[in-house]
Amino acid sequence: MWKQMMPGLRMTLLLTVLTGLIYPGVVTAICQMVFPSQANGSLVYRGGKVAGSSLIGQSFTRPEYFRPRPSAAGSDGYDASASGGSNLGPTSQKLIDRVKASAEKARVEEKITADLPADMLTASASGLDPHVSPASAQLQAPRVAVARGASTAAILSLVEQFTEGRDLGFLGEPRVNVLMLNLELDRKFPLTK
Amino acid sequence: MTGNGLFQILIYLVMIVALAKPMGVFMGRVFAGERTFLHPLLRPLERLCYALAGVREEAEQRWTQYAGSVLSFSFFSFLFVYALQRLQGMLPLNPAAFSTHRAPANATAMTPDLAFNTAVSFVTNTNWQSYVGETTLSYLVQMAALTVQNFASAAAGVAIAIALIRGFARQQASSIGNFWVDLTRAVVYIFLPLSLAGALFLCSQGVIQNLAPYTQATTLEGKTQVIAQGPVASQEAIKMIGTNGGGFFNANSAHPFENPTPLTNFVQMLMIFLIPAGLTYTFGRMVGDTRQGWALLAAMSVLFLCGVLIVYAAEQSGNPNLSKIGVLSAASDTQPGGNMEGKEVRFGIAATALFATITTAASCGAVIGMHDSFTPIGGMVPLFNMQSGEVIFGGTGAGLYGMLLFAILAVFIAGLMVGRTPEYLGKKIEAKEVKMAMLALIATSSVILLFTGASSVISFAKDSHWNGSYGAATGNLNNGGPHGFAEILYAYSSGAGNNGSAFAGISANTPWYNLTIGLSMLVGRFLIIIPMLAAAGSLAAKKKLAVTTGTLPTHGPLFVTLLIGTVIIVGALTFFPALSLSPIVEHFLMLEGRLF
Repeated sequence: MWKQMMPGLRMTLLLTVLTGLIYPGVVTAICQMVFPSQANGSLVYRGGKVAGSSLIGQSFTRPEYFRPRPSAAGSDGYDASASGGSNLGPTSQKLIDRVKASAEKARVEEKITADLPADMLTASASGLDPHVSPASAQLQAPRVAVARGASTAAILSLVEQFTEGRDLGFLGEPRVNVLMLNLELDRKFPLTK
Repeated sequence: MTGNGLFQILIYLVMIVALAKPMGVFMGRVFAGERTFLHPLLRPLERLCYALAGVREEAEQRWTQYAGSVLSFSFFSFLFVYALQRLQGMLPLNPAAFSTHRAPANATAMTPDLAFNTAVSFVTNTNWQSYVGETTLSYLVQMAALTVQNFASAAAGVAIAIALIRGFARQQASSIGNFWVDLTRAVVYIFLPLSLAGALFLCSQGVIQNLAPYTQATTLEGKTQVIAQGPVASQEAIKMIGTNGGGFFNANSAHPFENPTPLTNFVQMLMIFLIPAGLTYTFGRMVGDTRQGWALLAAMSVLFLCGVLIVYAAEQSGNPNLSKIGVLSAASDTQPGGNMEGKEVRFGIAATALFATITTAASCGAVIGMHDSFTPIGGMVPLFNMQSGEVIFGGTGAGLYGMLLFAILAVFIAGLMVGRTPEYLGKKIEAKEVKMAMLALIATSSVILLFTGASSVISFAKDSHWNGSYGAATGNLNNGGPHGFAEILYAYSSGAGNNGSAFAGISANTPWYNLTIGLSMLVGRFLIIIPMLAAAGSLAAKKKLAVTTGTLPTHGPLFVTLLIGTVIIVGALTFFPALSLSPIVEHFLMLEGRLF
């Protein structure tokens, strides 16, 4: 019995060292040398301080910024140490109420009456979605333009510039990175206060 | 559905079928002990493993010894993972100070039942997430416990599949290979090289790989955002290649640090099916008739494609309750439309539907969208994929031995219809094999249904040990009505199917759910493995019969149809009543506008 069991113990120890310490150690060493920016979270800096990550969404509430999608991460959204979705199902009263409230708010703020893009009113899976759809960004452009004293056309052309197409032409969906767009807004159309 | 969405699905399937043969040939050579292009580099490592583990490479095992070795390995693995989790507060590589008095405010306690659940979950290749990675586990646990089991449980699955194939391939033999040798070869030649390449690719695209503490960022609006870090890429690669699916982060592959772009997403999807698809070819090659492998792959592909198209159609048509309040559900060039709750913009509807079908067909369990927020029909396909035994490609190894179980049943049913002793690959399928296949099926189906039933009615006192402040076991649900029931059904289907994905609204981190889901995982793993190894032992001892005009050919469309029918009928008969109480009735209630 014991003779049968022994290789089990030894193999567990061996694999722990090989695949649990050596393998991740080697990967860490190579990645830190070859892809230091990506390996450390694709962080973006402003004024020498970390302003976020180009891959991670953050919350924007002021009128001069483009807004991200609703987020269920953490207690008030975009908590990058507590990812997650709402997990509300299609027949959930809570979901319908939440979407209705966001839709009404968006219609007032963006001054539109038309149907709204789905991504703008729904919470993402990670709660950290850095993107909105191009349609969601475009309909926010007039508000941002007013808040910044810029022309809508100028803001729309910036949205156009920050619209990423599908990967390799067919994978995924076109999208706009909200943080990167807002950083560029601050650079190009700074608020004069 | 958009043309581009369908194109993504088509290209994916074509690539998987194209990769099956080269991968299958390579794996066949590895397990036969033949030289491959990796041997000059890795043969010394393989020999070192045997020397250190005290294994004789040429020794063969009977099925009982093989099964004993699997159990011994799993037992020690379980002890290790459990101990590392419980001791994490005293061990290094814990920058967030989990399980200490300096732990962050949102940290989750590492209780004995949570450690049990997570240890069982990773040892059985389930990777159900009762834990929340970024608020519970130290980097040491993520690496030395979870990453290790991602390799170990996946390699063990492949080893068992190879042993079962030997049962069909050998005749009048008393042994079916050596578990330790199969395990070592799977890790050294297959999983390690693929994971290393995969991890480096993923990191180059933005998946993080560091041991740094969490980053404090000051957002453009001046708030503080704490960004979780960690050695993700090394775990992400094996999580996919080993069809494990346990996320480094709570949001799993939806988290941009696990899966930053549509391209990494496509590669991750290829990683999931690579080995399960390849093994069908390995199977054909080892039994001396590659058409037998293609037949299994064909059955899997048909079931898979049907599943994807159903999920895609359901998710793209969206939620009528949202359309009514002014949400666009049709896709256009500038927005994805459909049911975007719980989905990421970069992936959209098509890629998320594709991923959800892959991950549940393959017993992977990683997610890029929250299945709990899928439409009823979109969520039913993942449920069915798990309940039908995870055989549509299935987990590494587990998918193949699960599909062979159905093949045994299919020839048995065909044999009953024409009144002949069934045969498969020249081996008579007799009482022993059919009994073993039925034992495996009944054991896994019954834990799903019994525990789902129990959790639907069982009631605990408020603040009891068993279920904390939730009271009744239905108090843990995030949704009401039939969708709430579906959350319970999904949890046990995922456990017994060793899948690991969830209708994640359910708060399953209580002793009641941690223990019962843990038990489902153990039954779903070992009560399939042991009967299948017993069948392998009995098959290996038999003579091969000559093919006659009365033999049912098992490589043609007739058999493929029969096999698909068996999977669907067995799944449908067992789970149709439970499914009608959840997604099916929910679908009609949704159309009627009923909310809960």
